Amino acid sequence: MDRNCFDHSKRLTDSRRFELAAACFRRIQQTYVPWSRTRDSSPKRRALPSARFYVLRCAHVLSRGTNPYACGASEAARSVQNSAMSLARDLPLHLQRLEDESIDIFREAVSECERPVLLYSIGKDSSVLLRLAQKAFYPSPLPFPLLHVDTTWKFREMIAFRAKIAAQPGIEMLVHRNPDALAAGINPFDHGSSRHTDEWKTQGLRQALNLHGFDCAFGGARRDEEASRAKERVFSHRTTAHQWEPRLQRPELWRLVNARKHAGESFRVFPLSNWTELDIWQYILHQQIEIVPLYFAAPRPVVRRDGIWIMVDDDRMRLEPKETPGIRRVRFRTLGCYPLSGAVESSATTVADIVEEVRASRQSERQGRAIDKDTAFSMERKKREGYF
Amino acid sequence: MSGHANEHATSLLRFVTCGSVDDGKSTLIGKLLLDTNSVYEDQLAALARDSKQFGTQGDALDPALLVDGLAAERAQGITIDVAYRYFATPERKFIVIDSPGHEQYTRNMVTGASNADLAVVLIDARKGVLQQTRRHCHVIALLGVESLVLAVNKMDLVDFDQAVFAKIDADFRSFAASLALTDCVSIPLSAFHGDNVCHASDAMAWYSGPTLLAHLHSVKAGERELGDQPLRFSVQWVNRPNAAFRGYSGRVLAGSLRVGDAVTVLPSRRETTVKQIVTWGDDSIEVATTGRSVTVVLSDEIDVGRGDLIVARNAPAQVADQFEADIVWMSDTPLVAGRGYLMKVGARTVSATLSEPKFRRNVDTFEQIAAKTLALNDIGVCVVTTAQPIAFDPYVEQHDTGSFIIIDRSTNETVAAGMIRFALRRSQNVHWQTLTVNRAARSSALGQTPRVLWLTGLSGAGKSTIANLVEKRLHAMGRHTYLLDGDNVRHGLCHDLGFTEADRVENIRRVSEVAKLMVDAGLIVIASFISPYAAERQMVREKFATDEFVEIFVDASLELAESRDPKGLYKKARRGELRNFTGIDAPYEAPVSPELRIDTANIDAVAAAEQIIEFLDRAG
Repeated sequence: MDRNCFDHSKRLTDSRRFELAAACFRRIQQTYVPWSRTRDSSPKRRALPSARFYVLRCAHVLSRGTNPYACGASEAARSVQNSAMSLARDLPLHLQRLEDESIDIFREAVSECERPVLLYSIGKDSSVLLRLAQKAFYPSPLPFPLLHVDTTWKFREMIAFRAKIAAQPGIEMLVHRNPDALAAGINPFDHGSSRHTDEWKTQGLRQALNLHGFDCAFGGARRDEEASRAKERVFSHRTTAHQWEPRLQRPELWRLVNARKHAGESFRVFPLSNWTELDIWQYILHQQIEIVPLYFAAPRPVVRRDGIWIMVDDDRMRLEPKETPGIRRVRFRTLGCYPLSGAVESSATTVADIVEEVRASRQSERQGRAIDKDTAFSMERKKREGYF
Repeated sequence: MSGHANEHATSLLRFVTCGSVDDGKSTLIGKLLLDTNSVYEDQLAALARDSKQFGTQGDALDPALLVDGLAAERAQGITIDVAYRYFATPERKFIVIDSPGHEQYTRNMVTGASNADLAVVLIDARKGVLQQTRRHCHVIALLGVESLVLAVNKMDLVDFDQAVFAKIDADFRSFAASLALTDCVSIPLSAFHGDNVCHASDAMAWYSGPTLLAHLHSVKAGERELGDQPLRFSVQWVNRPNAAFRGYSGRVLAGSLRVGDAVTVLPSRRETTVKQIVTWGDDSIEVATTGRSVTVVLSDEIDVGRGDLIVARNAPAQVADQFEADIVWMSDTPLVAGRGYLMKVGARTVSATLSEPKFRRNVDTFEQIAAKTLALNDIGVCVVTTAQPIAFDPYVEQHDTGSFIIIDRSTNETVAAGMIRFALRRSQNVHWQTLTVNRAARSSALGQTPRVLWLTGLSGAGKSTIANLVEKRLHAMGRHTYLLDGDNVRHGLCHDLGFTEADRVENIRRVSEVAKLMVDAGLIVIASFISPYAAERQMVREKFATDEFVEIFVDASLELAESRDPKGLYKKARRGELRNFTGIDAPYEAPVSPELRIDTANIDAVAAAEQIIEFLDRAG
């Protein structure tokens, strides 16, 4: 067991406690080597650590604070025990179906394409996407790297989380920052959200895909996110210029995938197409998937702009005259560049709280996103231009 | 933890909605989303804005605008592609497959129905059962969607009259019975006002059946009771993390996979047993039920690859290379009978050809009509022949092992969807006779490596001249050769064929079979054919072993070939006396990566022949 798990444990925030619990869980998984070679070279299984072992370890950590996966602190230990024993077994039927389908998609894409990559955005959907990818190829390691298209304007907690994921064995994390945007100092304040997103994300993504010659990029987009995505294929064809041409999209019949393409063309593949925001949260809850702590409500320095809360994540945030950051108990439903991500006031500190909040919510998760509001069909246009 | 108990019961139902713009389909879906609280407030605000700008309902909310997505179609006011919507109740998650109803979009309807557990067919109460309704039902029956709901919409516009509904219901039932659609329910509703959508209608107290939502809840969700069927496991990916582990990752398409099961791997027909079933988080589950994506380890070290089917030994799938199949054509470019297409069935991709249709169906009546080809949105029956035997079940028995798509080799477009009806007896009964004196024996007796030198290029490029010179050189070297010339075979072997695309395809098929026999006999075959289509050249290539087929592109620009015009054919074609002439009014698809390219603008025929001989020397 890694000592780091218990570092600084005297002054833990809830979110830090959660991170540690999740890290411990992960390490337990990592220390379990499923296959080892013996001298007669016949495969021999090492025993899976018992659920009891796992529960003891986790309960040890969790006894120090709130378990974000439980319904309440008092139920923490029991809930972890239940979850640990049901993990990967008794998924609710609709989540089991969605999981099976997503795994199927991963396997088809990897079999049909030459150089796949997983576009890792650090958000909750990416966390689920990563878990599904690991499930699809287990016990083999991931047969592709992760790619984060960085904008230099992500929340600091996101970057810290990315570093943690990158440190996991079997994970190859590529990070690309558009050098032109870096040189030009593109930022959301001077250049506006539209130009900022285009230069850093759209152009940055194209550069990275071309640089590495990736012909298949997995993304975490869901059809329920936005009206123009309702018709997006699971296997979305892109031209050599990374453009989406309605004419070139193929009908998707039964479970049959046609991922054939000419040299230079590529596919964006969306294994979460049929998942909704609620499905994602229920899955995170059930599977105890680690997510960035920004999703949990905590007191954070924010300012009110255009009716949404913007977090002042570092001193690059330009404040309007007379604008003073105040502390509010907020959380994020989607994560992006911090000056463009709206927070919501919330008291949800556990995944179960969030599931309840999403169930009852009357606002879509994209309400906090500045980029959607540019024009009525902004997402559709961005998609044609090659943005995810 | 009572919340968890509920979640565990949650199921998933996929249903397709069919109907035209005027039937109020978008309104119905919008209403389902609204009344199940699946629309967020900010989306509602946008809807209110859009309703004023684009809506057809004055200032009232137009639910249709919730589901009409792309800018282009909003402008046109029609839905042009399959769209997916989601809503959930505590008991069930629903995926709505929204398929456009315009008659030219049979393609989309088939796509939508291929993944649906249930179909909702909308009709306008004022119009009753129309031709279009029949067409939708034919497709639903063809695709084998088990349950059907007839949503009789706009009841408010017929004063919620019970008699109107009763007549439509009776009409529909007699028609549905003729299609063997047994699980049918009719529901009178008003999508716009919400009557009988999610809430029972006060205006239609005479109706005692379920609301649409209640019915969607009560239908058995998915899986079509596949659990009772024999095992079908499709191998997608060979899972080999290290030398000690070899598993096969794939999906249980039917039945269940159990440790210890006696199984057969198809098409190789090797027998083994299931040793272990592996999933992330649990390395030894006892059983994987229908629909599960798992990794299976077999007891014996046998050769298993992507596309293989692991089946129950006591109830295996069939293996064949020729089938009769229902075909739905989905491309603007019509079917070319005999052309080499790709067929994807399960996780396997094979070369395949389709015959001329045995018949086409009238999409309204489903009557059989004679046809030479299939065009966009046509439905017909063809004989499909695959290059290798494949494992399958008839579509009516098992959708996932009986369905396939046809892919165009050059455009990579999905041109057709297919459903296997049955294997043709001859493919199962005619067995290949293994000969004792084989190709290797004949080849070594002749002391040469047999090959086919395939010269392709425009008429007048110089193919025949170069082919002649090459044969003379080889003959002088003591090699055994035969020259197959495009013009010559048309006097005998192919005298019945013309120059249409279909006839050209058949011409090349025959020539390639002859060339294959000659290569088998140990000869070096020089084939000189315009062979304008990349797909056919690829089909020829695949008949031979690697290195046996040498594609030689005799490259001359159209201007150069036309200026030579040794037989005066270009002049005739320009005058309109010759139709389908390559380069003039028929295409030539130049090879992208031939083994050898001869630039006839810069070298003469003798040098070209020399280049080919040198190539053969290098190849050995």
